[in-house]
Amino acid sequence: MSVIAVPEIGAPVEARAQSRRLPVISLGIIATFVLVAILAPLISPADPYEQALRLRHRPPVWEERGSWSYPLGTDRLGRDLLSRIIHGARVSLAAGVLTVLVASAFGAAVGLVAGYYGGRVDATLMRVTDATLSFPVILLALILAVTVGPSFGNVVIAIAVILWARYARVIRGQVLTLMQLDFIAQARIAGAGAWRVITRHLLPNTLNTLVVLVTLQIGYVIIVEASLSFLGAGIPPPTPAWGGMIAEGRDVVTSAWWVSFFPGLAILLVVLAFNLLGDWLRDTLDPRLRQL
Amino acid sequence: MSFALGEAETLGLVGESGSGKSMTCLSVVRLVPRPAARIVGGVVRLDGEDLLTKSEREMQRIRGRKVAMILQDPMSSLNPVFSIGMQMREPLTMYHGLRGAAAVSRAAELLGSVRIPSPATRLRAFPHQLSGGMRQRVVGAMAIAGPPRLLIADEPTTSLDLTIQAQYLGLLKDLQAQHRFAMIFVTHNLGIVARTCDRVAVMYAGRIVELGPVRRLFTTPAHPYTRALLASIPRFGARRETLTAIAGQPPDLARLPAGCAFAPRCPDVMDRCRAEAPPETMAAAGHSTRCWLHAPAA
Amino acid sequence: MPPPPDAAARHVTPLLEAHALTKHFIVRRGALGWSTALVRAVEAVSFTIEAGTTLGLVGESGCGKTTTSKLILGLERPTAGTIRFEGSDVHALGRAGEREYRRFVQAVFQDPYASLDPRMRVATIVAEPLVINSDLDATGRRRRVAELLDVVGLPARAGTLYPHEFSGGQRQRIAIARALALSPKLIVLDEPVSALDVSIRAQVLNLLTELQKRLGVSYLFIAHDLAAVGHMSHTIAVMYLGRIVELGDADAVALRPQHPYTRALFAAAMPVDLDAPREEITLAGEVPSPLAPPAGCAFHPRCPFAMDRCAVEAPALRTEAGRLVACHLY
Repeated sequence: MSVIAVPEIGAPVEARAQSRRLPVISLGIIATFVLVAILAPLISPADPYEQALRLRHRPPVWEERGSWSYPLGTDRLGRDLLSRIIHGARVSLAAGVLTVLVASAFGAAVGLVAGYYGGRVDATLMRVTDATLSFPVILLALILAVTVGPSFGNVVIAIAVILWARYARVIRGQVLTLMQLDFIAQARIAGAGAWRVITRHLLPNTLNTLVVLVTLQIGYVIIVEASLSFLGAGIPPPTPAWGGMIAEGRDVVTSAWWVSFFPGLAILLVVLAFNLLGDWLRDTLDPRLRQL
Repeated sequence: MSFALGEAETLGLVGESGSGKSMTCLSVVRLVPRPAARIVGGVVRLDGEDLLTKSEREMQRIRGRKVAMILQDPMSSLNPVFSIGMQMREPLTMYHGLRGAAAVSRAAELLGSVRIPSPATRLRAFPHQLSGGMRQRVVGAMAIAGPPRLLIADEPTTSLDLTIQAQYLGLLKDLQAQHRFAMIFVTHNLGIVARTCDRVAVMYAGRIVELGPVRRLFTTPAHPYTRALLASIPRFGARRETLTAIAGQPPDLARLPAGCAFAPRCPDVMDRCRAEAPPETMAAAGHSTRCWLHAPAA
Repeated sequence: MPPPPDAAARHVTPLLEAHALTKHFIVRRGALGWSTALVRAVEAVSFTIEAGTTLGLVGESGCGKTTTSKLILGLERPTAGTIRFEGSDVHALGRAGEREYRRFVQAVFQDPYASLDPRMRVATIVAEPLVINSDLDATGRRRRVAELLDVVGLPARAGTLYPHEFSGGQRQRIAIARALALSPKLIVLDEPVSALDVSIRAQVLNLLTELQKRLGVSYLFIAHDLAAVGHMSHTIAVMYLGRIVELGDADAVALRPQHPYTRALFAAAMPVDLDAPREEITLAGEVPSPLAPPAGCAFHPRCPFAMDRCAVEAPALRTEAGRLVACHLY
């Protein structure tokens, strides 16, 4: 009657190969910034705190009054912008990574416990999570800044205290799916207790999701931190923080545009790189997360 | 592969996963998913007309009217957000131009013919409110709306409970006697084939390896695969120590061996089998097979 | 086939006894979940499993066989009734006693793709019960794992691979190897071959039969393939809406069923033998929901032999033709 031929596997394999190719650019950008942050004191051309009021608002090197001693120009206190951006990388990346690690550890723990036990434990934990999710991060940070005073620590706390809820929700959802699978029942039949099931079975199977979430969230946290610093509720001056630096250049955006521009560009590059990396990780590790 | 089917005759299409039975059904109605697969040759004749030469528009008119399909999972055959009545009216309007009250009463009539109690009320129900057996009956009702000349049933009872399965198979046979359509019944359950089919085609790795009347095939199977399959099925009462298992694994269709696809697992394999794929030969009248054991000595 | 061990003659305590096992679930209904309904998933179920034999459990959806298996495995606690393992009440022993019981009762489930942790190597999967429950050190465990893989017909190097590198039938073998790790006395087999290709089923069923002969392990075999149940079991219990309606020797129940439901069930099973004598019983109606079981005998609305009495009084199990039947016909 009819003969059916299945052609050689051509097109589908290519599509997969594309997503398999390492996101070299993103990784490159991230690696560069990480290196810069680590080696900041060594590679920074000048002291980021040194003020030189006679050199205030000097333009970048390719413009008329620029010079190589301040390649990207200076800010309103005559501090070299490049050095401040380099040191700012430390602050922003540290804030981003630290906050996300703390939030994800705590949030994942909550999600695992809620998903595993179910019932009242789950209901209670999820009510707390929902309440937390609805609280605006910036507001909390501002409150903290006003009451306790702005500092690096407060920024991390303020963000982490709200951010964990996102992880808890997502991980709990995953755990609920995993709990339906037989191998969890098998572990319990073998005699495993809650701790063993959670750490040896549930957690490894949620790692993919966690890694993707963490990567995607680092960019978000950097922006939040920058926003807080911009609003004056984040890292206090004179510590170079990209958000704060943008704030400082707010009034001279038309004349000394570089003061706000370059820190902004730095934020853009880092956040974009983390987001692209996160997308790639999600596509390779866990296609189910596509709607995130 | 080739087979022919007469009016009110049922052909059982038997095979395991990856044997190609579902693909065969899809290719009869030209619903083969592109670009992954294409029909590359052959002829499909329904009442004398070659379906492979028809345009897509003509095919659309044939599908649903002259050729109907019942699939395994009734929940995905029915749209969960529309009521049964709305879903049944769609083909009635499309194929028979019935609208309004005429469509509703025809739909109720069809539900009645598949023995659904209180059909008029059921029209307002949604798929999730019905049991699995009921849903398959609704799908059946939509299938006989044509009325079709050919009904393709792809594992229609696999997801149903045993007693419901028996009801449903009885219903299909009654409908077939009434409307005189031919039926292709795809299943992996040889017990069902024994009870409901007139002829059976056994598929392996995309080819029909044996084709013939049910009784002959079951009592004197020609192909070693059929023989092994029949021997490996547990039977009531005769509690044997061991079943005759088939060694090895079903083949990977992307990497078929040269020669006969069953050679790696065949208990009667010869050198020739590994070298050349056997042609279709007649083991007896109306009973064909693809096996070097039955081919005339070359 | 050697006859099953005759417990009465040898006065041996059965391996497992279930007495009037009952499990009710409370289900919330209504828009705000205010009203509750009772699901009588398992109602007064009693059976025994002798050492080295197989009890087949059959029934359609909602009959309670899955819940029964969970009760036996200790994954659910009975609402009423007792489970006696080698004479002692399992739930009267406290947590330590229950853990001990768990060692002797293991399971193999239907879905070969969900029953193995995809992120663990096969050797780790099979060794896990040993890690939790035994005193073996790493070397001892390694040796035991190699032994188990060999028993189920897999090469030792399979231990280094991940589940996704195996076919369905091979994964079930891994699941069986894991179930055997603690040398259990009873294995609950819940549809162990239904997800496998027909040509592979015989391989796995043969393996299970051989293991029973070699190791003397008992099985609680749950399947909807009645022929497989008939082949594997020494005794068969037929369940309908949470109750046992017939219980007896496998051949007797399969070939000469007494209860109308059993007769309909086995008639629907469509044996491959074209000439096998077969009743033509087709039941009317649907399997009722466990939330609203019919009064009296739960089967009476569909029973071709229903009498007035059946709608009023639920029949008790009584002996008839060498097995237990719950029906007013007898």
